[in-house]
Amino acid sequence: MPDAMRIRANMQGEKVAVRVLMSHIMETGQRKDASGKIVSAWFIQNVVAKHNNRVVLDAQFGPAVSQNPLLAFTFAGGKPGEKVQVTWTDNRGESRSDEATIA
Amino acid sequence: MKRAMVGLAIACVSAMSYAQTDTQAEIEKYRQLLQDGNPAELVEAAGEELWKTPRGPNKVSLERCDLGLGPGVVKGAYARLPRYFADVDRVMDFESRLVHCMVTLQGFNREDLVKKPFAGAGEPQTDLEKLTTYVVTQSRGVTIAVPQGHPKEIASFERGRKIFFYRAGPYDFSCASCHGVDGQRIRLQELPNLTDAAKARKAFASWPAYRVSQGTVRTMEWRLYDCFRQQRFPELKYLSDAAVDLTTFLGVQANGGTMESPSIKR
Repeated sequence: MPDAMRIRANMQGEKVAVRVLMSHIMETGQRKDASGKIVSAWFIQNVVAKHNNRVVLDAQFGPAVSQNPLLAFTFAGGKPGEKVQVTWTDNRGESRSDEATIA
Repeated sequence: MKRAMVGLAIACVSAMSYAQTDTQAEIEKYRQLLQDGNPAELVEAAGEELWKTPRGPNKVSLERCDLGLGPGVVKGAYARLPRYFADVDRVMDFESRLVHCMVTLQGFNREDLVKKPFAGAGEPQTDLEKLTTYVVTQSRGVTIAVPQGHPKEIASFERGRKIFFYRAGPYDFSCASCHGVDGQRIRLQELPNLTDAAKARKAFASWPAYRVSQGTVRTMEWRLYDCFRQQRFPELKYLSDAAVDLTTFLGVQANGGTMESPSIKR
């Protein structure tokens, strides 16, 4: 089970501001290790954020995104106490899902 | 002609010093922007899990570990280390105490634990780093109060002070060579004058920190190890008396400050 994400969601005026800190090595597949062998690619490919089962963000990440990505976004229609769920999937098929309550 | 040249020289000098303060202000602004989303939070979460999970041959968690404030008390403990511990009759810094608890409570082998205490750049954090990050976060906002009550604590401080001013190595550097005067820097990294109380507090309070350039959280033991490496000194042994004594000296110099760790650095 991959490491947990840290999600913070609070109201910013009428909109909800969400910050997600994901724990992931985000290996590009271009690096070489000490012996000269390529370190194989391992990065998040897809991030989906849902609010009350409605998709509010669907992001395509790639090898250009750095380690432990911090994603910040806003969406409309949320109220304090409701849940925001964020799920990521990587190129090895692993995924992680976490939830937070809007402050 | 001469007066005009002198005037030009003065104008150039003042322009340069203005630019330097401007740069520092920009770097400070950049650091503030980095504060949000500190990946050290992820390391702290992993460390908390390691602290509370029964592990090792004895299948025990670290929740009975005495960090100086009583068994199991983690809140505020880091801000009062290094200190004297009666059960080992010597002064220990946090990392020595952590390894001590892992060996005595959990039954781990000491050699295995200290073999590779620091993660390489880009590697996943070691367990020791994760646990250190967790414990130090529990001292966030706490006033630094490294004790100097016991004779061994005072002796440790004195030895640490001696080390701080001791010149050695191929460059004939001491810690004070870089950290003993105001206004010095290496490339774009300013060097805090650790003999100045205000600067010493700020510096001690900021370690351990997440080092963006290395992608890992770095502890106080690592910082001292790296300083020795940069001075081209012989390698500073992990958890050695020298490391603990230096930490005691720097900690006492920083007494009265507020722990900010884990912070985020270049």
